[in-house]
Amino acid sequence: MGEMEQLRKEAESLKDEITAARKAVQDLTLQDHVAGTAVVGRVQLKIRKTLRGHLAKIYALHWGTDSKLCVSASQDGKLIVWDSCTTNKVHAIPLKSSWVMTCSYAPSGNMVACGGLDNMCSIYNLKGKDGNVKVMHELAAHTGYLSCCRFLNDNEIITSSGDCTCVLWDIETGSQKTVFAGHLGDCMSLAVAPDFNTFISGACDYTAKLWDIRDGQCRQTFGGHESDINAIGFFPNGNAVITGSDDASCKLYDLRSDQELITYQDSSIMCGVTSIAPSFSGRLILAGYDDFNCNIWDSLKAERVGVLSGHDNRVSCIGVTPDGMACCTGSWDSFLKIWN
Amino acid sequence: MSNNSASGLVSLQKSVKQLRNEAGIRRIKVSQAAADLKTFCLQNAHKDPLLMGVPSSDNPFRPPKSCALF
Repeated sequence: MGEMEQLRKEAESLKDEITAARKAVQDLTLQDHVAGTAVVGRVQLKIRKTLRGHLAKIYALHWGTDSKLCVSASQDGKLIVWDSCTTNKVHAIPLKSSWVMTCSYAPSGNMVACGGLDNMCSIYNLKGKDGNVKVMHELAAHTGYLSCCRFLNDNEIITSSGDCTCVLWDIETGSQKTVFAGHLGDCMSLAVAPDFNTFISGACDYTAKLWDIRDGQCRQTFGGHESDINAIGFFPNGNAVITGSDDASCKLYDLRSDQELITYQDSSIMCGVTSIAPSFSGRLILAGYDDFNCNIWDSLKAERVGVLSGHDNRVSCIGVTPDGMACCTGSWDSFLKIWN
Repeated sequence: MSNNSASGLVSLQKSVKQLRNEAGIRRIKVSQAAADLKTFCLQNAHKDPLLMGVPSSDNPFRPPKSCALF
């Protein structure tokens, strides 16, 4: 009994140490530093395309690396790969389980993946010999729903799950190469760093964790949110993380100074953030909310500089093309919209 | 000792080890971090189509309007 008490005390003391260490490097706030920088002008994006075809709520979308094709997942039981410029459906893939919550496009463009309440991550080969898209692998081991998945390459994918873990898989063998355990609540979202060495996860324990992909260690943990983190992304230079939460706020955490630098919130916004994506330079943060809108924030000044209103239901997912040219929003209203 | 206590102990030991690792990382000054963030944004602003706007001639999502014949 004595040892448990001692360990608890040590844990508390270490938490205080971390808080103090973060404060010790806080010589200036981000707000101080950008006091002289002007807020960006009003950003007014227009709907350029509407992708119609899903018959039920859209839960996820992911752009391909060519900035033209994107994949979306809907609880109508389909994955659709769209040519966003022509609005043509390149592939309409029927799923075994319609309870899909996430999808991902491989960087090579050769595969897509999805998963959800079936607790599995299913990998589909888009470049099969006979032109038919088939399930190539089913990665099963999670004991909870699949909330997010992201390919590292054609043979490795990282998944996050309601079982509170993230996993790095070897797709070929279907085995778990690394299990990233540490979150105390459902993992809701993950994002891979631009250099592919680390990834971040956001969870229902209100924290975001930075993980080393190769050695499996959690390097840093970021708190401050007052509810579930639903969405997470990397700032384009890889040095900061942006999160969106049910507490109606988004936050930016800097990795090298190990702390929250800024919160994006407004007293008029009282609903949860479902999705988040930075613009190409990181100056704009686009966030989807439960109130059917998407807000655009000036990332440095923390002011709202635009709104995307065009959906008739919750915006569930958002993504900016790798070349920064457009952003796509997906909604429970069954439509995807392309804006710029 | 019951099984519960043993696993509770192991779990706590892991938490303490993890906290020790996280406490020991190197941290840079916020002024440096803020400066780098601001510099990155400003240096890349001109390459950010959503920020700068996209002329319709360069917009892959907006085919150029054909000439009206009056």
